[in-house]
Amino acid sequence: MGGFDWSSIANSLPFLMNGLSYTVQLTVVAAIGGTLWGILLALARLSGIAPLAWAAAAYVNLMRSVPLLLVIFWFYFLVPVMLQSITGAAYPPKIGPDRSAYVTFILFEGAYFCEIVRAGIQSIPKGQLGAAYAIGLNYSQAMRLIILPQALRNMLPVLLTQTIVLFQDVSLVALLNVTDLVGAAVKIAQRDSRLIEMYTLVAVVYFVLSYALSLGVKALNRRIAIIR
Amino acid sequence: MPMIDIRGVSKWYNEFQVLTDCSTHVEKGEVVVVCGPSGSGKSTLIKCVNALEPFQKGDIVVDGISVSARGTDLPKLRSRVGMVFQHFELFPHLSVLENLRLAQVKVLGRSKSEATDKGMHYLDRVGLASQRDKFPGQLSGGQQQRVAIARALCMDPIAMLFDEPTSALDPEMVGEVLEVMVGLAKEGMTMMVVTHEMGFARSVSDRVVFMDAGRIVEDCATKEFFGNIEARSERARQFLGKILAH
Repeated sequence: MGGFDWSSIANSLPFLMNGLSYTVQLTVVAAIGGTLWGILLALARLSGIAPLAWAAAAYVNLMRSVPLLLVIFWFYFLVPVMLQSITGAAYPPKIGPDRSAYVTFILFEGAYFCEIVRAGIQSIPKGQLGAAYAIGLNYSQAMRLIILPQALRNMLPVLLTQTIVLFQDVSLVALLNVTDLVGAAVKIAQRDSRLIEMYTLVAVVYFVLSYALSLGVKALNRRIAIIR
Repeated sequence: MPMIDIRGVSKWYNEFQVLTDCSTHVEKGEVVVVCGPSGSGKSTLIKCVNALEPFQKGDIVVDGISVSARGTDLPKLRSRVGMVFQHFELFPHLSVLENLRLAQVKVLGRSKSEATDKGMHYLDRVGLASQRDKFPGQLSGGQQQRVAIARALCMDPIAMLFDEPTSALDPEMVGEVLEVMVGLAKEGMTMMVVTHEMGFARSVSDRVVFMDAGRIVEDCATKEFFGNIEARSERARQFLGKILAH
């Protein structure tokens, strides 16, 4: 094996940092987009309007029952072909791995965030909605001003924990030849034949960031509890 | 025309009938106490008045507006009728003052400063002006309920509904909440009050409605209800016997 050689890391640091920044960007966008999509899905599931609730439930269960890698492939390889057959174009539209990754993660995470948001909404005592209605708020005001702020606060720790999982899952986009942190490391590792160093480094970076974030979530958890 | 007119209301949960042909009314400026054993449907009935609970038969007309008619703007109707809950239901993520301001701004379209003035006026009235920046969780039960009353009053309601306002309170806090309610009654507020506080019923209310098993069994003047016990139904006498023995 010839011992560790860290020089290739030092040289490729800017490239790796770009990869990390892509990973963080995709994580943040997917977490925010997924939360918003998840809120809509949760409201649909709790709406009491049967077709809407059913459609949302079917979507969520489907997404949660299929491996993420398969969903990524599905969106990347099959959706363009489907769009082609729908639009009748001569070639499949070029969506590209970047856009495909953003869309995939928002749609996939939305299903998980939906279940978190749903639990969060259900954790708010029923009387709160009654009180909101009683002073004259309509449904959307009651949700926006009374229920969701409390629910989001209650579920923030779980949302953030799910985001840490997402942060790690984002690495799967490396398989689409996207240069996220893992993708960057794969490229350098192959170019310089330094697989062990590169993969060790990436693992350490992931560990340090994920663990630090989870400690942060724990600390936050203690601070934000609503006094009841 | 009564302020609140309840006309033959029946309600079912699936097969189970919780209200059977309930009819009564509250005139403008009148205080009506609704009492009865637990499970008799009195809380359900009062929640039907502002359509927090739907009902399947009959109608309730509030200030001339039917709560079950299709075209009725329910949020608007509710904003005109104050409601106080057993468990206060202040919004725990908002400060006391924000609790008082929220619906004034969002529903009535008042400016923030106008809403603040109104909020402080009623907060002062329930003796809690100094608590304006606290959160509900930092207040005692009695204080929370007084804030809840102030929150309802900020909307300039045409009537107030009280759903067991003192049932969740420690005994030493019941008095401070009743005192606010007595004050309101004296000023001529139209009130429908579900309560077990027979002292309040006897000294403040104009009429007493007694419910049992989802039916209105007695509906008479307070003097008659408490003064002429022999004329009451068997069920009402039992209830009074139990509750007045304490």
